[in-house]
Amino acid sequence: MAMHGMRGLSIFISDIRNCQNKEQERLRVDKELGNIRNRFKKEKGLTPYDKKKYVWKMLYIYMLGYDVDFGHMEAVSLISAPKYPEKQVGYIVTSCLLNENHDFLRLAINTVCNDIIGQNETFQCLALTLVGNIGGREFAESLAPDVQKLLLSSSCRPLVRKKAALCLLRLFRKNPDVVNVDGWADRMTQLLDERDLGVLTSSMSLLVALVSNNHEAYWTCLPKCVKILERLARNQDVPQEYTYYGIPSPWLQVKTMRALQYFPTIEDPNTRRTLFEVLQWILMGTDVVKNVNKNNASHAVLFEALALVMHLDAEKEMMSQCVALLGKFIAVREPNIRYLGLENMTRMLIVADVQESIKRHQAQIITSLKDPDISICRRALDLLYGMCDITNAKDIVEELLQYLNSADFTMHEELSLKAAILAEKFAPDLSWYVDVILQLIEKAGDFISDDIWFHVVQFVTNNDDLQPYAAAKAKEYLDKPAVDEKMVKVCAYILGEYSHLLARRPGCSPKEIFSIIHEKLPSVSTTTIPLLLSAYAKILMHTQPPDQVLQNQIWTIFTKYESCIDAEIQQRAVEYFALSRKGAAVMDILAEMPKFPERQSSLIKKAEDAEADTAEQSALKLRAQQQPSNALVVTDQHPSNGEPLPVFVGQLSVVKAPNMNNTEDHSSTEQVLSQENGNLSQVDQQPPSADPLSDLLGPLAIEGPPGATVQYENSAVSGLESGPDVVDGSAIVPVEVGTNTIQPIGNIAVRFHALCLKDSGVLYEDPYIQIGIKAEWRAHQGRLVLFLGNKNTSPLVSVQALILPPAHLKMELSLVPDTIPPRAQVQCPLEVVNLRPSRDVAVLDFSYKFGTHMVNIKLRLPAVLNKFLQPLPVSAEEFFPQWRSLSGPPLKLQEVVRGVRPMALPEMANLLHSYRIAISPGLDPNPNNLVASTTFYSENTRAIVCLVRIETDPADRTQLRMTLASGDPTLTFELKEFIKEQLVSIPTVAQAPTPAPPAAPPTPQIPPNDPAALLTDLL
Amino acid sequence: MIHFVLLISRQGKVRLTKWYSTYSKKERSKVLRELSGVILTRGPRLCNFVEWRGLKVVYKRYASLYFCMCIDPDGNELEILEIIHHYVEVLDRYFGSVCELDLIYNFHKAYYILDEILISGELQESSKRTVVRSVAAQDSLVEAAKEETGSTISNIIAHAAK
Repeated sequence: MAMHGMRGLSIFISDIRNCQNKEQERLRVDKELGNIRNRFKKEKGLTPYDKKKYVWKMLYIYMLGYDVDFGHMEAVSLISAPKYPEKQVGYIVTSCLLNENHDFLRLAINTVCNDIIGQNETFQCLALTLVGNIGGREFAESLAPDVQKLLLSSSCRPLVRKKAALCLLRLFRKNPDVVNVDGWADRMTQLLDERDLGVLTSSMSLLVALVSNNHEAYWTCLPKCVKILERLARNQDVPQEYTYYGIPSPWLQVKTMRALQYFPTIEDPNTRRTLFEVLQWILMGTDVVKNVNKNNASHAVLFEALALVMHLDAEKEMMSQCVALLGKFIAVREPNIRYLGLENMTRMLIVADVQESIKRHQAQIITSLKDPDISICRRALDLLYGMCDITNAKDIVEELLQYLNSADFTMHEELSLKAAILAEKFAPDLSWYVDVILQLIEKAGDFISDDIWFHVVQFVTNNDDLQPYAAAKAKEYLDKPAVDEKMVKVCAYILGEYSHLLARRPGCSPKEIFSIIHEKLPSVSTTTIPLLLSAYAKILMHTQPPDQVLQNQIWTIFTKYESCIDAEIQQRAVEYFALSRKGAAVMDILAEMPKFPERQSSLIKKAEDAEADTAEQSALKLRAQQQPSNALVVTDQHPSNGEPLPVFVGQLSVVKAPNMNNTEDHSSTEQVLSQENGNLSQVDQQPPSADPLSDLLGPLAIEGPPGATVQYENSAVSGLESGPDVVDGSAIVPVEVGTNTIQPIGNIAVRFHALCLKDSGVLYEDPYIQIGIKAEWRAHQGRLVLFLGNKNTSPLVSVQALILPPAHLKMELSLVPDTIPPRAQVQCPLEVVNLRPSRDVAVLDFSYKFGTHMVNIKLRLPAVLNKFLQPLPVSAEEFFPQWRSLSGPPLKLQEVVRGVRPMALPEMANLLHSYRIAISPGLDPNPNNLVASTTFYSENTRAIVCLVRIETDPADRTQLRMTLASGDPTLTFELKEFIKEQLVSIPTVAQAPTPAPPAAPPTPQIPPNDPAALLTDLL
Repeated sequence: MIHFVLLISRQGKVRLTKWYSTYSKKERSKVLRELSGVILTRGPRLCNFVEWRGLKVVYKRYASLYFCMCIDPDGNELEILEIIHHYVEVLDRYFGSVCELDLIYNFHKAYYILDEILISGELQESSKRTVVRSVAAQDSLVEAAKEETGSTISNIIAHAAK
């Protein structure tokens, strides 16, 4: 039956198949392994045929899942066999059994090298395949140049060359430092002219890897890729054998579009136009057909085209077309298409401003969340998570909660984590947040990490209004019969702190609350008991005048646990018992917990970290980096750097002993008491404080110095300074920073420059506030909206925003509210009218108060000159008459600029393009020159055409000659200076670690008389 | 890129494994164990993609055999699904309406053919004709070698055994 079968092998396989059970199989395998081992030992009688047969048997046994720990040597040695049949087996079995780290592989390097450089084509193929599949560093070191030669060789057949391309790809991917690809751009460009589609497919894979590593070097490949795509998509000149179900090599189409996604933009307007036409053709021309393979292949191409459109972003019209298509896909029955529709919608959220249009599909997405297919549920969950904002958080989170009842068990963890994060991030009101988390604990307690309930405690502690509500809820949940232990913890804690606020309600007397909590004690573990004891102590303290019966009850419990084997429980019992007999003094010691300092939620940080882990050097990530998210939702960000440790230790002590500095009487008993207090309250506060501190300090907080010592130091400090100051939080001011206490997140200058080039994004962010901007420009008018988002759970007060407009701008800011409520975002429209050309910059003087911090920041506003430009490509017939009519200064100015940041011409074109100055290619006969034009709008000048010519010197890229012409002398001058600022090399501030965006703008030069100039230092 | 290719029967028997990313022996058996658990238990009429450990597995069932390929999360799933089908079509053309038994007794052929379709986890050749032609060329090389050494004892034994 076997075609070129080996009888021995077939018999063995039959034997295995005839085994009745696993045990028989193992016996048969062991017997065979013993046999092979013996035969290999006395190698003398072994014919090549035998060797081949045994090596195959080994591979078979290995596939069955048995350990094969010998015979690798024999497999590798077959590679050196002189004849093809043995060599082939040696190569294939070796590449299946071994991986690149295997020592035996070294034995083969020489043979493999000889086969690759040798004249035998079939040997070359075998060797290239092995290296392409498992070649490691040593192969790269000794072989890369030879493989490169094979790929380019005109005497090699396509069979060898396509293998060489993929072999080289592996070597480069694994060891980019070893494989020298300098100067490969030209060769890749040549390779893209390849007629053999097999070689072209392999070469395209290689190009994807090269471009993802360094797109700048390969820009000459870009037009070729577009050409290949056009040829395939339009089915021009594609051999029959390379069409798959009538579709010209869908794989090559996909790969080509993948390669294109690594180029940040496409500058050449012709190439761009061609590409968009092809993409449009693909988007419009893909129909659903009956044949599943044809359908899959055409949709593989379609989804890649969608990804490319998302990446190029530019055509707003196509983007909405994409959203519409995806909206259609997520509603179809075919599960693959639905899955991909959801997945791509999520991707689109990252790269484009489509939140609003995607929200329209919310109901459909929620239906998918309940799909029986867990893969689809996961995509729907991710999408809901991504599209959630303050407007739909309530709906989405409630859906997630509801779904938790029926969801696949493996989804519970992810679901509850995401629900908790969304609830925290977008809670429209805090009582809702508490509700959600308590429901989550009730439904999926096992999956709720401690962080989550620590946070509830933190929110409740920090918000006085919330406390009675939380206490009532806690009582309600604890009243239920079977309660998750986490629920007992959080409820007991909240009731201990705040149940006295409910005292007047029926069923909420201290006695009743106590018995509700105490009912749970027999069923909880030792880690929860200390929390319950603390709650009892607090309840007792709040019962004024003391209730004898309750007191005796609680004392009995304390006494009972005085001899508990668990040290924590024992200590609490002893200390609470002693304390509660001290009468009124206990009021201070067991007073309510102080507010927690605000900081990044560990939960959200964790989510961000997890997200950062998953994406590697993927196209998606690169795309996302090239286009920073312009989402304006209030999100917490990573702090730019960890704040100094000592500060937090100081803070620690403040949290631990809240009231003791206020005690006026410093008698010795008091001192003893407060030390005891420090000790005690440290224990007492561990559950919640473990969280806030663990965010930044990890175990430090828990293993920190005992309360007494810290507290002693603290009182020493407070003795020197004024006590209340320390307590009310100014202790977190790092000494070296002085009065400027708030560290902005992200670089303000970088943010400003980014916003000069785009119309929405974050202008400023610090731990308390995020200021976002969204702008629309029409001719000489602009409308900006400032989004002021309070990131905290406490209000920001004394909010003031003043605009300091330069003389050429008329700016009107609508009313800015004095207070921004917790976690709210307010929008303040700002109207701008441009009166005349000028490069001066408007400044926003913004201040707010948080706690005791008065924060004042001055921010440059991106209402800059280029916002009033409109790119205007002109033809030669339009350009030259105007250029000639504007002769000489002051309408036409020429300047030789030196110290230019060296850049290639396309890069410069791209830079101008990003400032809305349109390049007209081909107008200037000299290829080293650029001719560009734009329209400038202001109230005084109205629309006015500006013409630009830049003559570069290919021998010296640091200098160029620039000529500007327009009908307005001020405009000519200002625009000339503006462009110069963009071109001149200025040591820029540390740039964001993006993979070289096309035009990272240098800091514009600001003349010393500019009011904004003084501010740059501050910023 | 494709990290690995697995062929697993409905009963969980492994029919082919090919690893393009570096996995140790231990990791390989762990992957096989976990993925057979995930994929074989999936019901019919679900999508062909499974998310697993931050990667994506594209799979398709042909009769009693599951073909699985693992890719990066941002890979193009449908493209991979059709690479699977392309492989199956080539197998079909080579064996003439292929069945699981063909792949059991000629598992080495399945490897040869896969090597002509994928290298380094990337598609090497999308023309079925070209693939089948180069596999046939290899077969004839093996045959030729056999005839050439027809007189050696090994081959006498081999022929006798046939």
